[in-house]
Amino acid sequence: MTHLAQAAPPPLLEARLLSKQFPGVRALRGVSLTLQRGEVLAVIGENGAGKSTLMKILAGVQLPDAGEILVDGRPVRIAGVRAAQQLGVALIHQELNLADNLDIGANLFLGREPRRCGFIDRSRINTEARTHLQRVGLDLPPDTIVGTLSIGRQQLVEIAKALSSQARVLIMDEPSSSLSQHETEILFRVVRDLRTQGISVIYISHRLGEVTALADRVVVLRDGEIAGELVREEIQHDAMVRLMVGRDLSQFYQRQPRPHGELVLEVDHLRTPAHPRRDISFQVRAGEIVGVAGLVGAGRTELLQTLFGVTPAVGGGMRVRGQSLRPRSPQAAIAAGMALVPEDRKQHGLILAMSVRENASLPSLRRDHRHGFLNRIAEQTVARNTVEKLGVKTPGLEQTVLLLSGGNQQKIVLGKWLALKPHLLLLDEPTRGIDIGAKREIYRLMDQLAADGVAVLFVSSEMEEVLGMSDRVLVMHEGRLAGELTREQLSEEAVMHLATGTIASHN
Amino acid sequence: MKKNNLGILGLFLAIFIFTALQNDSFLGAGNMQNLIKWSSLYAIIGLAVAFVVITGGIDLSIGSVIGLVASVLALMMGKGINPAACLVVVVVLSAGIGLLHGLLITKVKLQPFVVTLCGLLFYRGLARYLTDNQSMGFQGHDALDNFFSGKMPIGSNFFLPAPFFFLVLVAVLATVFLNRTVWGRYLFALGNNENAARYSGINTDHLKILAYVVCSTLTGLAGVLFAFELNSVQPASTGEFYELYAIAAAVLGGCSLRGGTGSVLGLIIAAAVIRLLYNSINMLGISTHLEYAIIGAVILAGVIADELVKRYAVKRRAAKALAEEAARR
Repeated sequence: MTHLAQAAPPPLLEARLLSKQFPGVRALRGVSLTLQRGEVLAVIGENGAGKSTLMKILAGVQLPDAGEILVDGRPVRIAGVRAAQQLGVALIHQELNLADNLDIGANLFLGREPRRCGFIDRSRINTEARTHLQRVGLDLPPDTIVGTLSIGRQQLVEIAKALSSQARVLIMDEPSSSLSQHETEILFRVVRDLRTQGISVIYISHRLGEVTALADRVVVLRDGEIAGELVREEIQHDAMVRLMVGRDLSQFYQRQPRPHGELVLEVDHLRTPAHPRRDISFQVRAGEIVGVAGLVGAGRTELLQTLFGVTPAVGGGMRVRGQSLRPRSPQAAIAAGMALVPEDRKQHGLILAMSVRENASLPSLRRDHRHGFLNRIAEQTVARNTVEKLGVKTPGLEQTVLLLSGGNQQKIVLGKWLALKPHLLLLDEPTRGIDIGAKREIYRLMDQLAADGVAVLFVSSEMEEVLGMSDRVLVMHEGRLAGELTREQLSEEAVMHLATGTIASHN
Repeated sequence: MKKNNLGILGLFLAIFIFTALQNDSFLGAGNMQNLIKWSSLYAIIGLAVAFVVITGGIDLSIGSVIGLVASVLALMMGKGINPAACLVVVVVLSAGIGLLHGLLITKVKLQPFVVTLCGLLFYRGLARYLTDNQSMGFQGHDALDNFFSGKMPIGSNFFLPAPFFFLVLVAVLATVFLNRTVWGRYLFALGNNENAARYSGINTDHLKILAYVVCSTLTGLAGVLFAFELNSVQPASTGEFYELYAIAAAVLGGCSLRGGTGSVLGLIIAAAVIRLLYNSINMLGISTHLEYAIIGAVILAGVIADELVKRYAVKRRAAKALAEEAARR
């Protein structure tokens, strides 16, 4: 695959046998990759495949444990974001790193303001900012406050900022995850423009459709290793999925739809504090797995949090197993038979400093106590069952969960609810940042719980997961339900159309 | 947790042995009784503040609550009110103060530092106003005085002071509460990660309020003990700065001000270290002007050592986890 590159001048950027290890995870194992001038290279892979670790190493955020990086054929050590910038490598984060309160010009030159007699040279900033803005197709005065721009435009400003520091390699991490269809198209045009100017782009995305449209070459990561590489015509949806998952999808997602039972959740014109003007209605039955798709910021997490009583509803109502309910705290929701696996397991799911036993038993203590005293035996049993049922890899029940891998941590976040036998399970990005093995375990468990009559509602940004696991999909857009797709209607295109608001709601 | 206690115990023994070798009268019965008595009193307020420190909060009003409780007690008893009624009033008063703190912190969402700082000023002012800033004593209440500041003979010429028994009682209850009950577990979970605790169905607001009520109630008990121990109450100064000793004992004893950790035994030893330092400075003939400087320096050194040991332990555990994983592959 690489002999073609050998004869030509050295690639702009080359990584050789990079490895990186964290407690509990081997994030990268001997990953090599090259990037030519003016090339758009897509790096894809499931959550936890090692994409973000690789990008962080290339952008100087982290140092590799082993391996080397070459720029223009010369070995370099990228020890810090600044070093990467000097080499012409810039990372554009998923969460933008702009100062909202400053204007575009100030943001472009933050930390390296041109000076005259010690004072900031405003006129030079303005003229230079204009040229960089033009390169990304933005026709805005440089004194526009960044906070007033849409996310899509802010992203273009971020790209202009990278260009203004003479970047030759742009690493874009999930750039479209919060963009509308129109904004995404603009972004594509800019990326193609940059390619003709000789700028190289490493494009990380979950959206295989985008990758097909944009990439010259695709590198697929799986479990910290290169699973394969696709060039031009080979870049096709099914080929990418096969490499990402490592087997046929039908085997990976073990969903076996069964007839559904009685209504478990009825949501009736519910309004969340995040989107108080929108109301949402839907239903979930026992034994059903319902996916919730949408762009970042569409209000999916907020919906789950309102259902679970974390942020009480501001209007409307809901019924759980026929009982009318307006939970004002997670306790009330739990008492009604609900459980939530939150999006951010370190912030909301686990007490990292506590042991496997203490974390796994935390929600069931309220049931298992004896006149307020801890029941050690019940606690041990609950923890042991969690570890066994989910196959948590841990040296023992007393291990601090901080030292477990993401996948094993996530199994505990899910497992701690099983002892309470919930009727309704809410999952928010249940497989974010975990390895393939743990992922499969979680899918298997979702399917099994549904088979046992649990109603499952899960939010996911991973298209394959939504397509593979859902009996039905709710698609959200800007705080409202943009549409609902049955298994027969389900396709990546159908979901994206609803998620980006290109189809008017007919709800 | 065990290792933390070893460190602080080592510090205590080092100072203790050094002072004993330098000055013979250090080990005398009178000096030892004094040391035990004051260490016990400090440890009680240390335990009080530990409850809120474990939640990640703080209570700066402890000294003023002690002053207010002592003043109100002396005032009421001076007017000939039934001592039992006086004690009830004082307990209700201190528990009420804790409830107020807890409600302001959880429901109005004010910061613990701000709430209890205002408390520090308010209760002190209140004590001075109620008593007209007059010193007061406890005459003619021998039974009560004996109960709260008496001595219990052990052997022929050694007495254990009453506060020691109160400390034992409080320490046993606190240990059982923190380590054996559901609420103790919840308290540590809350201190480590309030969000995760809430998402697990724990009523974090109620728990925090409980922590502040326990803190102020224990402080109220300490106020009674201090009042009878000193046998005279100065509304303007009784208990002044005690919150800082309490917090220092808690921190030196292994509580992180970030919340989520704490050890009853470690805290008691830490309180003893602070009192021991006072005593040693005296016994060794060091200028008492240096008192605060030495205590401050020792606490700082203790906390630094603790932090370094913890960092080392985390590194070692991470390395061990990596090695185990490599072995499993």
